[in-house]
Amino acid sequence: MPNNPQLNKNGELQHLLTIEGLSAEMLRHILDTAEPFVSVAEREVKKVPLLRGKAIFNLFFEPSTRTRTTFEIAAKRLSADVINLNIGASSQSKGETLLDTVDNLAAMQADMFIVRHAQSGAAHLIASHVAPHIHVVNAGDGRHAHPTQGLLDMFTIRKFKKEFHNLRVAIVGDVMHSRVARSQIHALTTLGVPEVRVIAPKTLLPAGVEHLGVHVYNDMAKGLKDVDVVIMLRLQNERMRGAMLPSAQEYFKYYGLTADKLAHAKSDAIVMHPGPMNRGVEIDSSVADGKQSVILPQVTFGIAVRMAVMSILAGS
Amino acid sequence: MKIHIKNGRLIDPRNEIDAIKDVFIAAGKIVSVGVAPESFLANRVLDATGLVVCPGLIDLSARLREPGLEYKATLISEMAAAVAGGVTSLVCPPDTDPPLDEPGLVEMLKYRAKSLNQARVYPLGALTQKLAGTELTEMAELHAAGCIAFSHADAPLDDTLVMLRAMAYAATFGFTVWLRPQDAALSRNGVAHDGEVATRLGLPSIPSCAETIALSTILQLARETGAKVHICRLSSLEGIEMVRAAKQQGMAVSCDVGIHHAHLSEMDIGFFDSNCHLIPPLRNLRDRDAIRAALKDGTVDAICSDHAPVDDDAKILPFAESEAGATGLELLLPLTLKWAGEMGVPLNQAIKKITADPARILGVANGHLGMGQSADICIFDPEAYWKVEPKALKSQGKNTPFLGVELQGKVRYTLVDGHLVYEAAY
Amino acid sequence: MQLPDAEMLLQELAQQIRPHLTANSALVGIHTGGAWLAQRLHRQLGLEIPLGVLDITFYRDDFSKEGLHPVVKPSAIPFAVEGRDLILVDDVLYTGRTVRAAMNELFDYGRPGSIHLAVLVDRGGRELPISARYVGAALALVENQNIQLEQDGQGRLSLALSN
Repeated sequence: MPNNPQLNKNGELQHLLTIEGLSAEMLRHILDTAEPFVSVAEREVKKVPLLRGKAIFNLFFEPSTRTRTTFEIAAKRLSADVINLNIGASSQSKGETLLDTVDNLAAMQADMFIVRHAQSGAAHLIASHVAPHIHVVNAGDGRHAHPTQGLLDMFTIRKFKKEFHNLRVAIVGDVMHSRVARSQIHALTTLGVPEVRVIAPKTLLPAGVEHLGVHVYNDMAKGLKDVDVVIMLRLQNERMRGAMLPSAQEYFKYYGLTADKLAHAKSDAIVMHPGPMNRGVEIDSSVADGKQSVILPQVTFGIAVRMAVMSILAGS
Repeated sequence: MKIHIKNGRLIDPRNEIDAIKDVFIAAGKIVSVGVAPESFLANRVLDATGLVVCPGLIDLSARLREPGLEYKATLISEMAAAVAGGVTSLVCPPDTDPPLDEPGLVEMLKYRAKSLNQARVYPLGALTQKLAGTELTEMAELHAAGCIAFSHADAPLDDTLVMLRAMAYAATFGFTVWLRPQDAALSRNGVAHDGEVATRLGLPSIPSCAETIALSTILQLARETGAKVHICRLSSLEGIEMVRAAKQQGMAVSCDVGIHHAHLSEMDIGFFDSNCHLIPPLRNLRDRDAIRAALKDGTVDAICSDHAPVDDDAKILPFAESEAGATGLELLLPLTLKWAGEMGVPLNQAIKKITADPARILGVANGHLGMGQSADICIFDPEAYWKVEPKALKSQGKNTPFLGVELQGKVRYTLVDGHLVYEAAY
Repeated sequence: MQLPDAEMLLQELAQQIRPHLTANSALVGIHTGGAWLAQRLHRQLGLEIPLGVLDITFYRDDFSKEGLHPVVKPSAIPFAVEGRDLILVDDVLYTGRTVRAAMNELFDYGRPGSIHLAVLVDRGGRELPISARYVGAALALVENQNIQLEQDGQGRLSLALSN
């Protein structure tokens, strides 16, 4: 196996491609760095000059307004110049290869690429190809990883639960197709969470998922029992069309997070969701808007965490 | 041309020879082994001291990319690669563009190959027209044009009735049907083995049962029709066990594996190395070890390279978008030797897996060096190391997971029909 | 060399600052040493407006060279900066770059009425046009010497040299 492509020869973070392979120390460093950026957001002038003069390119081969916007806000709060590229619309459809597109943009004095792509491994490919001074942040590649989401989820858990070493965390839903779930699982296990559970029907669990270090449950009541953190994953309509689930209704009845299912968890359990939510499919509105939900803070923390990631990369 | 191969270690598995013996060639044939014929005046003496002299390798699967896919590779480059790898006969699958479903295409391919005067090419004919899986091809005509057997390459053959009829028709003429077992629905969009690595990397996957279910269908239909079947590129432990059981029941079935699957597993994908994107996928270590053991005990009859040159543009892509395949003609020998060394298999047994055994499967006379045989010979240095890098490969395909690796076993001379078609530059 | 007693210098600074205080005065300490000092001064001078602290990591001018420093503490300015008479407090004044960064950061909070600088030690070697109105002691040091403020378990301040 080659060296970890995310680290440079000094062991500093050069790219953020996946949580896998990063030490607990590195993860904590990112979370600690995000902390002061939260207070920057509470000032009137929400900017710091850290990345002034740097050009950050948002390369979104897979469309996403939410994630792109949070990266844009984060970059601008660091005083960086942000250029947004919706690649699907332009060169890719003209048959330009992925790496040709990247080369053209690098020639425009890019310092950092934020990449989202429908294929697993796309961010790794780009990172292995760009010049040494260019940093790559994976904003989601296929089903593989969404490291900034994993990190902001950890930041949120730490904010509300203080420690990792005594938690039970349950991830509920379409683990098979979820890059968010994979990143969360790596982060939770690396940070020492003693019990990580996945809860889903068998059709939504990938082969050998237990090798990632999780306990597998197919039943919400059993799976949520005494859990401290409940993370709900979004269910996409394709799953019904692909013969993985019969209907959203049956899914909601057996796997949707409602108040009575949540009652199996600890009374002070927090409810998280990476968004966007499908109300009435994976989560009931009463829970999404309820007092245990930390879904909105997740969004705020997302900007601070992304500011931290970009600062650490740009400074390496 | 009279050639005297001097002082080499002659390994001829079929004739059970493994000794220092000279070989004498005249008019393209082996005229004597061991003792010089009377008044033999060699035009060329090849000093094979320290080298192994064995039958030219017979590769059961090598894609030459002509006709139609010349941007990937050409007959000229790939035939040069074959002889540089010591391969003197190769079987070419029918998935060219257009597929080999017309006698005219087959004749042209054979003619082109023959005119290059390098390795022998045995084309496989398409089992169905356009490899579309619905209508039969003119198998008898294709055979007359030079097709040695019939195959469906990697194209799906879903309709079991069509498979049944194709086998029955082939059996009518005694033609062998070569099939790679892969259930189309279970393998749709999959690019990696359905296991830990695909789960971690988030790659769409193909479970082992995609192979075993299809294999079960193939074996039962073969029993039903009496067709001779050759199973291509087994990849799973379960698949191997099914073939073992079928052989034990006396079925006329043979099988092969690609040499990469005897060495690599899903773990080698690492950080999405698209050089490990292969068909069938690299499965887990248990499967790989089963393949290695089954080659040793004879359940798997032969090793092939499954040579598939792919241009850089098609490989330097996200894993699932990259084209599958690895270059292999020049790696078949060293990788076979590596397997043998690691498994404690004697050299002559290893060589048998890439000479006499494939010859038996093909039903051709070569693959051994008896008197009067066509002089298809590979002379190699079993000790010499060489580094696998683009400039060391004659194939246009530089796509191999072994890039940068030093392998042992270097071809020095290759002869086809008594002609020296390859001589290594020292 | 014999270093002065930090506690005595602190008293000296408090005496210098006291006559200039108004109802509009506020203290801002620069992490880490300046924050310790500002805490002590704030108590001693009995200021009404709460203490502000600044971490200047995000405003440093050496980010491209040095990268992000490992430990960043949050800045907290619990009062409106607009129109305020600020006294910026740091332990050692040297090149002046820290103070430059602190001023930039303060201006991102609002437009102060005035900023004056209080330092425990001025060691000279300025690289920017920055000067302190309130100085505990002026010390001459050589280039490779470093002086820093330390705080013990009981909160007692002292100065120490290192190379």
